[in-house]
Amino acid sequence: MDLKKLFLKANNEPEGGSAFLRMRSISCRECGKKMSVARVRKNDFVCPECGRYMTVRARRRILMLTDKRSFTELDREMESRNILGFPDYEEKLAAAQEKSREREGVICGTATIEGHRCAVFAMDANFMMGSMGSVVGEKITRLFEYATARKLPVIGVTVSGGARMQEGMFSLLQMSKVSAAVRRHSNGGNLYIVLLTDPTTGGVDASFAMQGDITLAEPGARIGFAGPRVIEKSLKQQLPKDFQRAERVLDCGFVDAIVPRSEQKQYIAKLLLLHGM
Amino acid sequence: MDDYEVVMGARGDRRLTATDYIQRMIPDFTEFHGDRLCGDDRAVIAGIGSIQGMPVTVIGIEKGKNTQERIRRNFGSAHPEGYRKSLRLMQQAAKFHRPVLCIVDTAGAFCGVDAEEHGQGRAIADNLYTMADLPTPILSLIIGEGGSGGALALCHSDCIWMMEDAYFSVVSPESCANILWKSTEKAAEAASALSLTAAKLRRAGLIDRVCANDERKSLAAEIAAEFARLSEMPAAELLEARYRRFRKVGY
Repeated sequence: MDLKKLFLKANNEPEGGSAFLRMRSISCRECGKKMSVARVRKNDFVCPECGRYMTVRARRRILMLTDKRSFTELDREMESRNILGFPDYEEKLAAAQEKSREREGVICGTATIEGHRCAVFAMDANFMMGSMGSVVGEKITRLFEYATARKLPVIGVTVSGGARMQEGMFSLLQMSKVSAAVRRHSNGGNLYIVLLTDPTTGGVDASFAMQGDITLAEPGARIGFAGPRVIEKSLKQQLPKDFQRAERVLDCGFVDAIVPRSEQKQYIAKLLLLHGM
Repeated sequence: MDDYEVVMGARGDRRLTATDYIQRMIPDFTEFHGDRLCGDDRAVIAGIGSIQGMPVTVIGIEKGKNTQERIRRNFGSAHPEGYRKSLRLMQQAAKFHRPVLCIVDTAGAFCGVDAEEHGQGRAIADNLYTMADLPTPILSLIIGEGGSGGALALCHSDCIWMMEDAYFSVVSPESCANILWKSTEKAAEAASALSLTAAKLRRAGLIDRVCANDERKSLAAEIAAEFARLSEMPAAELLEARYRRFRKVGY
């Protein structure tokens, strides 16, 4: 591995975190080129030099996908507690709140997409790598219940390292809780479109990321159950280059389409229209 | 015994495996193979039989008893094909109004290139999604290891029971210690923090019953009684209770 890349990686948090606010220019993690934040922002956080998809914070993600000023947030105040008394969890939560400028790792609400009303959720990579604890599970469950009661489609954007270890089995069982709510939403004849972004792994991959009526992915996004390092370590085998990348996952049959960031809103609006929403 | 010793004990190679429980409780067990899509995963045993005279569908994760057997069973780590076989038989169980007994003993779903490319995440997600709405009673019994998503895939049930010396965890204590503290030597600390023993999970209200090892003889009767009770509920009521069971977890 080239040293320059390693250095950049160590110093770069996911783009869009609080540190990002103070920066005027950033270096792309992939090509190493330096560029102004304004330029990156204008290009929907896709590197204008090499085309790499940078991480987008949840709130911006919602802005990018929905109509201006149409978003109304639900359950904004919910915050995690240290249910198990897990060591250092409070500190981690505080750091994650500072870094993400959010109370928890998912934002939920209602909005319109080119005029179509829907329920939306977006996970935030800056909040403990989008890990799913009780609050993340509860907020998404409530959103599905809200959408079921009002016959709204749900549009979800996932990014997650999986279940949040610090809440033990409470976290793992959120997979069951959300899945059951997704099922009820589906039983009501409602549409669920999920957009998988980099990375969508672990317990989120093994639950609501894989339960959409229509499954979209961003180019190059890592999508999988087990982390690649775990597999490499346990099998002592070199992984294929595109392993768990959206393009490969599509070839394997688990994604409906890969949609570039600049086209996502339009694409979803078209799907909503086709479903008569 | 501290919590990490419970984990080590649950991994012990002299423990009873799913096959032992099946032989003792379901003498007429008849095994069926295959997911009808692409293969048969030997880590998952599935079939039908009767428990105290009541026809049931049984799904078990089997680790194997000796080295040869363990290799054949992939050490009790299922591929997507295994979860799809379990789902096929659970759907069949609903058709014939048979309750489903899941016997869980796995370190986790298998991590490998094939497992990923055949959709490990999707397979587990499908189990949760379908079991949430499966109109027949489901009881899960964790007999040893309840390793993360791979165990959870067979636990979207009306009741989760655990043997007193089993564990159920979001992550292995070793991985947890490694990720959080960059040291697998702190696994014991992680095990205790993760709150993964049967007693702790019962206290937290996450599982329904802790089964003592010396009551193993009466286990079949107790499971049959639970199935009888659940079978009396109208399907809508059963599914509503199952929804509530998971709905209340956390927050």
